[in-house]
Amino acid sequence: MATNRAAQTNDSFLDIERTFWDRLVYASQFLLRDRSGIIGLILFLVVAIAAIFSPQLTPYDPLSQDLRNSKLPPAWFEGGSWDHPFGTDSLGRDLFCRIIYGARVSLAISFFGVLMAGGIGLIIGTFAGYFGGRVDAVIMGAVNLILSLPYLLFVVFIAAILGRSLLNVILIFGITDAPLFARITRGEVLRIRELGYVESAICAGARWDRIIFDHILPNLIGPLITVATFEVSAMIFYEAGLGFLGLSVPPTVPSWGNMLSVGRLYLVNAPWLATFPGLAIMFTSLGMNLLGDWLRDVLDPRLRRARK
Amino acid sequence: MGQLILEVKDLVTKFYTLEGIVHAVNGVSFDLEEGEALAIVGESGSGKSVTVMSILGLIPSPPGKVESGHAYFAGKYGRCDLLKLTPAELRNVRGGQIGFVFQDPISSLNPLLTVGEQISESLVKHLGMSSEEAKKKTTKLLEQVGIPVPKIRYNNYPHQFSGGMRQRVMIAIAIACNPAIIIADEPTTALDVTIQAQIVDLFQRLRNVIGVAVIWITHNLSVVAGFAERVLVMYGGRVVEIARVDDLFARPQHPYTIGLIGAMPRLDARESKRLVSIEGTPPDMLIPIIHCPFAPRCSYAFERCWQEIPPLITVGEQHRTSCFYDLDKRRPRDG
Amino acid sequence: MVENKVLLRVENLKKYFPITRGLLGRRVGAVRAVDGISFDIKQGETLGLVGESGCGKSTTGRAILQLHKPTSGNVFFENVNLTKISAEELRKLRPKMQMIFQDPYTSLNPRHSVGKIIAEPMVIHGVMSSQQLKNRVAQLLELVGMNPNFVRRYPHEFSGGQRQRIGIARALSLNPSFIVCDEPISSLDVSIQAQVVNLLQDLQEKLGLTYLFIAHDLSMVKHISHRIAVMYLGKIVEFTGRNALFDNPLHPYTQSLISAVPVPDPQVERKRHRIILEGEVPSPANPPKGCVFNTRCPLAIDICFETPPEYREVQPEHFVACHLVKESDQNNLDCEP
Repeated sequence: MATNRAAQTNDSFLDIERTFWDRLVYASQFLLRDRSGIIGLILFLVVAIAAIFSPQLTPYDPLSQDLRNSKLPPAWFEGGSWDHPFGTDSLGRDLFCRIIYGARVSLAISFFGVLMAGGIGLIIGTFAGYFGGRVDAVIMGAVNLILSLPYLLFVVFIAAILGRSLLNVILIFGITDAPLFARITRGEVLRIRELGYVESAICAGARWDRIIFDHILPNLIGPLITVATFEVSAMIFYEAGLGFLGLSVPPTVPSWGNMLSVGRLYLVNAPWLATFPGLAIMFTSLGMNLLGDWLRDVLDPRLRRARK
Repeated sequence: MGQLILEVKDLVTKFYTLEGIVHAVNGVSFDLEEGEALAIVGESGSGKSVTVMSILGLIPSPPGKVESGHAYFAGKYGRCDLLKLTPAELRNVRGGQIGFVFQDPISSLNPLLTVGEQISESLVKHLGMSSEEAKKKTTKLLEQVGIPVPKIRYNNYPHQFSGGMRQRVMIAIAIACNPAIIIADEPTTALDVTIQAQIVDLFQRLRNVIGVAVIWITHNLSVVAGFAERVLVMYGGRVVEIARVDDLFARPQHPYTIGLIGAMPRLDARESKRLVSIEGTPPDMLIPIIHCPFAPRCSYAFERCWQEIPPLITVGEQHRTSCFYDLDKRRPRDG
Repeated sequence: MVENKVLLRVENLKKYFPITRGLLGRRVGAVRAVDGISFDIKQGETLGLVGESGCGKSTTGRAILQLHKPTSGNVFFENVNLTKISAEELRKLRPKMQMIFQDPYTSLNPRHSVGKIIAEPMVIHGVMSSQQLKNRVAQLLELVGMNPNFVRRYPHEFSGGQRQRIGIARALSLNPSFIVCDEPISSLDVSIQAQVVNLLQDLQEKLGLTYLFIAHDLSMVKHISHRIAVMYLGKIVEFTGRNALFDNPLHPYTQSLISAVPVPDPQVERKRHRIILEGEVPSPANPPKGCVFNTRCPLAIDICFETPPEYREVQPEHFVACHLVKESDQNNLDCEP
């Protein structure tokens, strides 16, 4: 027992070096050891820059139509031109611009969706895990209810009642993904609640608010961040799925999902209309997944170096 | 002196980690005679487990590396250097000629096989028995290690046994192929004291009946006081003292050994004398040792202790220590 | 040195954990972790509570401090019945009774600095200004033998022994009179165990502390305790002073426990006669009828399987629960400690 302790610790990367700089250095060491982390980071940065600097990166307005130049192939094919590097769609809108602007939609939906789902999940999961008993039963009952909702029916319902908009898609994802975060949070809370330092706080006379905010929540962050990264990736896919079904943002707004949906009709004649959005979705999701893998390794206490 | 079955010479093992190089074992040498009971005692970070893991080829290879040294084993097929064997050959030795028992039997037993199957498997593989013969021998082994109703327990799964019983199963597996040596790494640390006494007793009986040599690794000197014939004390990846058990307790020649013995309260003491506490903390194994690893905590340390690594020198019959200070004469040693 | 005033009195304490099954949580049984124990602890003394795994000693410590709500029984601390007061009143009493935990790697919040950890109890009870807090934390660190400059460091920078010291400093911050030490040294190396035990004894002398020392290492318990209670399967089987327990152990379990503990002396060890117990410890969810020890006791007779023995004082200050022990009896098993 005493001999194993030297190697085992449950400290996480988040507590190792307190200065941001030290953490960055350590994280980079991990990054360099594990090249997929770099790929993930690069992909993520590419997409983020595309989303943030969309106007600067695109010569055209993504909504401007130019029917004379409709269905142009990408530049390196016969008939294409470098004015429209990815080609144009059936309404003459430049595909490259739409892909770039589509990044905004995808990232907005996935980040805010995760934020909302994570926020809701964190709150109810913490209460369920900490208070247990009836509170736990009621909350987890509600969670199971949401999980048992037929997802598409729910989406159609929201779209029908509230219409199609960016906000509504975020709302949908926020609600339907919350159970995952709630369960993870609850599990972690149940685990942390048994640890010595929580008992110690109770012994010192702490009330539930101090225990939750000072002791439990700060130690939840590691696993939660990792899950959040994977969910961002997943939501990009979900959005594509919704767009494909015509239930995502309105067709005027360029989103990769919408573009896929339209592009499906032109798979034979103008395959690039579906291919580029598809590639964009794929690489963004891949990037976030790789980033999530790397984050999980970095934050995992068991992969830490042996303590002195 | 009996025949030597294990001779370890100048073993050095390091771990290459992100933090730096962990100098886990820094030149360890010792011998083991046939049928002998040797205890290796040390606290966490002393390198005692890494030493035997290196000998058995169980060090995960990155990040660990057995840098140098020899481990001559006089096995069934002649004398060989364990550190030079191929993984396949080592596997053969591990199952068939050197048995081992670890601290936590849960992780060493396959939860999906019955206990009988696991033991029989080893017999079939290493001794070439038929499954009938293996089953009979297994039942006998279970009886030998003190598991009641062995015929029934043969068909039980590991989780159906208590901690002490599981450890007995591990011991049965270890002795199944009549090994020359059993290496036990903290076999009783996780067990209650009454069960611990039973297991020590079992090892003693096995030694008497089968004549197997035992290397018992522990951090608790008391546990092996009655069982061991010789004791090897490790600190900072090095051997600091090695002696017959009576000599070690009666005339410890290394300040660390003295501290270790003094730190343990005795059940038969009438008054509680204040425990000897060795000040300071165990050494940082990331730093290569260039002087005596115990110097920072030693009340007898002088200049030489900080300049050289003390070699193992003989201070009595079968009694060696690596210390520059002569505790009997109360002054630094000559030479 | 031991004053006579009783600081803590436990009466017939029970803690059962329900076993539930099914969706609706039907109660199908209970784990009888603590099954009716009584003892008292005098001010300034150390009571050792010893037993093997599953005997309920850790649960006892927690039930006394009301970290687990006792199923029944009374706990009188300075004559206040802790089981009957309100949550708020209990909170106010908490400063006086603290705990030191077993695992130094999970008993300190890894996200808090050492200073924050030690100061927390004082912050909770809102007693001091921040300057006073700083001084007090520095003082506490020195008291446990650590450098006061460590306030800004984090737990992972320290070894197991040092973390235990931090835990002790924290427990001392509100000047408690009573500390439950729940296996405080089991996870530490032998040489560090000695450091921590010496520290605990020094602090007891300096601050007049009262300890409930829970451990499974009988040698260490004997070393530090004034009186010792031996637990088995949720019950106290024997309770008496430290020397009396070893000179004259009356309960068969105590006798076999003592015979099993190794002594760091090869010559003594080789001559020892061990009482080897047969059988296994029953599950606390399903204790045997009659005496809890009857499945393994080498001396059990018929009545032991029918009626639980009464826990009574058979000699002055020597309590036993065994049918075979009559008033002022001597050893009935031949064994040398």
